[in-house]
Formats: sequence, C-alpha cells, structure tokens
Amino acid sequence: MTSTALLYLDGVTVSFDGFKALNSLSLVIEPGELRTIIGPNGAGKTTMMDVITGKTRPDSGTALFGGTHDLTRLDEAAIATLGIGRKFQKPTVFENLTVFENLELALKGKHSITHALLHRLRAEECWRLDALLARIGLSNRAGELAGRLSHGQKQWLEIGMLLAHDPQLILLDEPVAGMTDAETAATAALIIELARDRTIVVVEHDMEFVRDLGAKVTVLHEGSVLAEGSIDAVQNHPRVIEVYLGR
Amino acid sequence: MRGPALLDRTGWLVFAAFAIVALAIVPALATLPSADSALRLPAYLVPLFGKYLCYALLALALDLIWGFAGILSLGQGAFFALGGYCMGMYLMRQIGTRGVYGNAVLPDFMVFLNWKTLPWPWWGFNHFAFAMTMALAVPALLAAAFGWLAFRSRVTGVYLSIITQAMTYALMLAFFRNDMGFGGNNGLTDFKEILGFGVQAPNTRLALYAITVVALGASFLLCRFVVTSKLGRVLLALKDAEARVRFLGYSTARAKLFVFVLSAMLCGLAGALYVPQVGVINPGEFAPGNSIEIAIWVAIGGRGTLVGAVLGALVVNLAKTWLTGAAPELWLFALGALFILVTLLLPDGILGLAARLRPMLGSRLVPAREQRR
Repeated sequence: MTSTALLYLDGVTVSFDGFKALNSLSLVIEPGELRTIIGPNGAGKTTMMDVITGKTRPDSGTALFGGTHDLTRLDEAAIATLGIGRKFQKPTVFENLTVFENLELALKGKHSITHALLHRLRAEECWRLDALLARIGLSNRAGELAGRLSHGQKQWLEIGMLLAHDPQLILLDEPVAGMTDAETAATAALIIELARDRTIVVVEHDMEFVRDLGAKVTVLHEGSVLAEGSIDAVQNHPRVIEVYLGR
Repeated sequence: MRGPALLDRTGWLVFAAFAIVALAIVPALATLPSADSALRLPAYLVPLFGKYLCYALLALALDLIWGFAGILSLGQGAFFALGGYCMGMYLMRQIGTRGVYGNAVLPDFMVFLNWKTLPWPWWGFNHFAFAMTMALAVPALLAAAFGWLAFRSRVTGVYLSIITQAMTYALMLAFFRNDMGFGGNNGLTDFKEILGFGVQAPNTRLALYAITVVALGASFLLCRFVVTSKLGRVLLALKDAEARVRFLGYSTARAKLFVFVLSAMLCGLAGALYVPQVGVINPGEFAPGNSIEIAIWVAIGGRGTLVGAVLGALVVNLAKTWLTGAAPELWLFALGALFILVTLLLPDGILGLAARLRPMLGSRLVPAREQRR
C-alpha cells in the first residue's frame, strides 16, 4: 500500500489492559502541512505520538511514513533517523550536558556508535550550531549546563534540538505549556515560520495558541477522530461542543 | 575545534608525573640502593603495588560504565576472574613436568582426579598469545551476550545490578565444581614460569609491575578518548534521559553494549595482570562481595571522573592493607562506615572534595563540568 501523504495512519488501535487508548484512528497529514490536534485528556493524543515515533506498537492498523516506511516495524532510533522529530510535553533536555552539547547530539547526520566515537566536530557544524544558538536566543548560555536554564529556555532549547535534527515531520506535544504570554506568541511565530518548509503536527490545549497558528484542526475523542476543519468550524461543531468545549 | 581535549595541559603534567614516579622512581628504589639501605624498597612491595594497580584498572573499567553511562554493574569481578583464569591456565601449562606428578600435559589436579586427557577448554592455552587473546575475548563475549540481552530488553538501574550479581555468583558456584575442570575450590596455583622467566624472580616481578603501570596508563587514555568523544556525550545524555536519546536517532542499547564490552575487556586485562603477581586464582575471585567492593572504590574516589576511580582503588586498598595488618576484624566495619560517610557527605567522592576545596586550581582532571568547552 502506498500513499502520497507524508504520514498515513489507518485503523490504528492500541489498548492497554482492555482500555482502548486509540480506537481505529485514521489520520492523513500531507507534506508541508501544519496541523493542530486537540482533544480532552485521555483522547489518545500522546499515544498517537508514541505510535508514530515507535515507542508503542499498535495492536492493529497501518502507520506509514512517506508512503513506504512502515512505522509499526521500526524502533525509535530508526524512525528518528528517517526524519521524524518529537518534542515532549515536559521539556526533556540533557541537564548534565551544556546547551551547546545538547544541540550537538541532536545535529542531523550519522548516528552510529563508531561514528560517534571517532567523529570530531567540523567547522561547518560549529557554524551551524552557533547559528542555531542565535536563533533560539541562547548564544550567551552555550557553555552552561542545560539544567540551569529556566523552563521557557528549556522549551526553546528543545525546539533548537529539533531544528538541529532537521526532520521532515515535527511532532510538538504542548509546546507552550508553562510559557508566559510573550513566550507563547514568540513560539507561535516560530512554528509558523518553520512550517514553511516542514510538516508539523502540534498537540495543544491552549485554544488561544491554536487560533494563533491558524491551521487545520483535528479533534480527537476516545481514541478516534471526532471532527476536522478550521478552528471556527470545529468550535461550532455540536459534538465537539458536547464532549470538549462545552464542559 | 570544540569539544573537550583528551587531557588538558595540567592533566598531561599530572599524568607524566605519575608515569615518572611509577616507571622510574619505584623501579630505581627497588633495584639501585644496596639491600640493607633505608632507601631500598622491600621486595614484597613491588608485587603489592602491582596488585593495587590491577585494582585501579578494575575501578577505571567500572567508572567508564557507571560514572558515564549509569550502568552500575556489580559483576565486573566476574570478568576480572575470567581474565585471571585465562592467564592461570597458561601458567599451569608452563609447569610441565615440574609438577608433583610430573605429567607433561595434565596439570596436577587433573592427574589427581584421574583424568587421562586434557579437556577441550584447555586446548591452546600453552601458547601465550592465545591465552592473552582469550583473557580479553572471553570476558568480551560474556559481556556481549549478557549485555545484548539486558540492554535490548531495557533492563536498567537496580535490576541490572542484581542480575550482574547473580551472574558472578553463578560463575562462582560453577568454578567451585571440580568437574568444571578449572581446579575446583583450590583454583590454579604453584606457577613456575611466564614466557620462560621465573614468576617469583625479582626482575620478573618488576617487569610485571611495569607492564601493569603501562596497561593502566594506556587504559586510562583509552577511556578518556571514549568519554571525550561524541559517544561520551551520548552516554552522559542517556544517563539523564535514555528515551530522549533514542528519539534523536541513537541506538542506546548499542552505545551501552559498546562500553560494557570495553569495560569487561579492561577487567579481563586487569585479571590477567593480577594472577602472575599474586600467584593464585581461585573461585573466590567471583564472590559477589568483590564486585561490590569495586563500586565502593569508585564511589569513594569520585565517579564519572576516571581519575577518581583510580585514586579510590589505591586509597582504599592501602588503607585495607594497613588496617588488616593492625586490626583485621575492623576492616569490614571501616569499609562500610567509609562508604556511608562518602555517600552522605561527599557525593562526588575524594575528587569532588578536592574540587570544592581548591577551585582556583581548576584542573580539568576533576569533574568541574561547567568549565568544559
């Protein structure tokens, strides 16, 4: 089976002890698309990301990347190398490495053990990392341990790591959780800019932020798609109001 | 070029100073002054120093996996003992007809057990090169098989520590059995010659000591090479957040397997150097307590520093030699108390204390991680 979609999920079901976290979920993301996914707690948003990145194996269903790569048969490292990057809900940077080293590890390229053992940073890689540091506003913190950054700075560092990884498809799990209003607005602007030459899927609770992104919205409920369309369309959808917005 | 250097200038100076003391001053004091001079190093001290250095190499090997990748293996003593047995088997085959029973092929204990032919695991061990290859290869193969199963199944933390203890305990029980063919509870001893030189001869002992110094120095530089490489950063990162490293596209299982196997080979090397200097290898070396003791040396010295591990092994073993002479019944209490005190008061060990007391020195041998780059 092939498809022109960058990400193609069809009939994906995951159950944990009888509870269906995903219930025959189908989702198609076209190349270059920016998509927002919303849904109440337990709707299956995180499980969906786990399936796409290889952390969780679905019980049944199809998950294809780029039309040919079967995501249900690959492990996390192989999927990351294919070009799917993920930002977690809780910022997970490597606290005992410097900001610079965090970005270095994320840098696109060979990730084999022998390569990691023998490779020394080349000048152009350093320039690239310096440019990235400037872009995420952490140039003056490059040599500091990432554990010392503020919450918002960690979120930005993690976004910087995604940029260093340079994946085709970026999955962002609640990227503005815990951010100030100014940081949220800056992040929305950054995501819109990134979406020009990448495909991005954003999972978010913050409706203001979802509106700022201005992208197509998919509403998940009990492990499957409830509604899809513009933010105004889904906000006026009677079933959506009933299960999610109306609560 | 960015990223940490193999050693900085201070580091190289300290390294050179230790090399001069260990390779020039100690041998000179052991040979040059006349036998009754006060400066003369007593003959028994040379193999004792050699033994300490083997322990230091063992501690270095554990620090590589524990301090940098968070793998607290409590079974490194097993790899050490396997390396030791490989050397012991070579030394047994060198005894030849000088044994009690005068059998040119079979070691005494096999004649005593009424065995007629050499069992296959002993084949080839009369060749030094083969035996030394095995001293590295046997621990490496065991670590590869064990590590592959454990890391692929994502066994981490205390569970990994427990199964490594079980591994060394199982090997101890196996080697205690006479029908394993490795000398049962007596182990292997009464060695005569190594490469044609008498194992007890002062010059042989000095040479073995010097080789141990070189092996420790070379292993230290090799470990530094690994931890200063990008792989070193991958290991530190997976210690923090292993899942995150996987999502960046690194196979964390392979990274861990690599250092685990390397560490096992260093343990095997330490064991092979240890046996001719102490003159015996028996299944007691597999005892679970031995492996735990290695972790204590590393914790006391300061883990995640490599230098601290070496320092910890030397300090604790010097204290052990002194205290077991002065008040043998107190040693285990002293070791336990030391471990508790270090864990509570000095989480970064002796080296961490040194770093806190003298920040103006700023040597990168100490774990002042903020100063990197």
